[in-house]
Amino acid sequence: MNWYEFMLRNRSEVMERTIEHIGLVGAAMAIALVIGLPLGIALVQRRTTRRWVLGAANIVQTIPSLALFGFLIPVPWIGGVGASTAIVALALYALLPILHNTCTGIAEVNPAVVESARGMGMTPRQVLWQVQLPLAAPVMLSGIRVATVISIGVTTIAAAIGAGGLGVFIFRGVAMVNNQVILAGAIPAALLALVADLGLGLLQRSIKNR
Amino acid sequence: MAEQSNQISDGNAIEFREVAYRLPSGVALFSGLNLSVAHGETLVLLGRSGSGKTTILKLINRLLEPSQGTILIAGRPGSDWDPIQLRRGIGYVIQDVGLFPHWTVERNVAVVPRLENWTEDRVQQRVGEMMDLVGLPHGEFAKRRPAELSGGQKQRVGVARALAADPPILLMDEPFGALDPVTRADLQREFRALASRLQKTIVFVTHDVREALFLGTRIALLEQGRLVGIYTPAAFLKASEPEVRAFAVSLGSGSGEDEAM
Repeated sequence: MNWYEFMLRNRSEVMERTIEHIGLVGAAMAIALVIGLPLGIALVQRRTTRRWVLGAANIVQTIPSLALFGFLIPVPWIGGVGASTAIVALALYALLPILHNTCTGIAEVNPAVVESARGMGMTPRQVLWQVQLPLAAPVMLSGIRVATVISIGVTTIAAAIGAGGLGVFIFRGVAMVNNQVILAGAIPAALLALVADLGLGLLQRSIKNR
Repeated sequence: MAEQSNQISDGNAIEFREVAYRLPSGVALFSGLNLSVAHGETLVLLGRSGSGKTTILKLINRLLEPSQGTILIAGRPGSDWDPIQLRRGIGYVIQDVGLFPHWTVERNVAVVPRLENWTEDRVQQRVGEMMDLVGLPHGEFAKRRPAELSGGQKQRVGVARALAADPPILLMDEPFGALDPVTRADLQREFRALASRLQKTIVFVTHDVREALFLGTRIALLEQGRLVGIYTPAAFLKASEPEVRAFAVSLGSGSGEDEAM
């Protein structure tokens, strides 16, 4: 029996785990975006704070994912075994590329363009929404793309704390010393990452040419 | 209403009274600056880089605030104006043009009228007029992006954008500085005709003495933040101050103007 026969035979569970996986990534990305985009915008003008926040996000990034999942389990409110802990950890991972690219994307908008926008009498809010954000959008989107691809990979480890997802197959396969079972998790996860990367890449190109 | 009467009694569109500007580091760029710009004139601020000319422009539209002193715009202290409203009444053209690269030419020109909530019909009509004014056929250029324009065309759009809401004052910071000599001469000629026709108050920054003589009704020479003097073009060529001579000499031979004195 090879891996795709295994997958076919277990397609309902593969489907279920894939959907679980997408749900975890989606929830984590939603949180990371809701926090990361406004925070990134707010940090553009505050250089010192920006260094600290990006530094902290960087440190989070260096914590091995399995350890981060473990660290969060005893934390009240967000902790415990299950999906919610995993989503918090995943959101923390996704935060750095989103924050970083939002800040640099906006900071790198041609100063002459921003100056003339202000000189024309745009309010700071109009400068942000009509000039800075549209021009920073491709860079911001590339951060979101990186964050999504990372999340899809890291989510496979979330199964270790009972969050479900495609990692369930991988951990089960490792325990059973059975490559077919591992591949039943790894291949759909890799495909998800590829699709997300391609899709967001296309979106990025389309807004760049807009 | 109060502005109106002030404008008439005062006669100056812009007036600097004892203005000082210090950089955030505390270094004084200039101090005690007195300068006035009459309605409808083109005052050229001439000076080397670092002489404070751009700073003076940015003090007028409040992109910068003076450390000391008062700047009167239409007879009213700049600090009394809402900076947003003030800027919408002052056209602004810079060397790097600063067109919005993600917008079409049409949308770039329409920016201030739209900020001022003009009706869409009026905006469209105005965009057409402005593009005619700067010699860019609407049909050919309206839908282009700034990246699809030459340097000279970009600067024409910059001028059209600055004039779109019919501001009484126009600030221009080396607008033709980055253009090739032929295009620059064309634009200077057209701009001079435009300026005399439109009767705007124009403050024009340049380090090019030929441009200053060609476009200015008066020339204010700045040297390291100090106002050396204000001259008509004819007086500038005859002036004996060493700072003026240094510039006049740069006109070089051929023009014959350095022999004129």
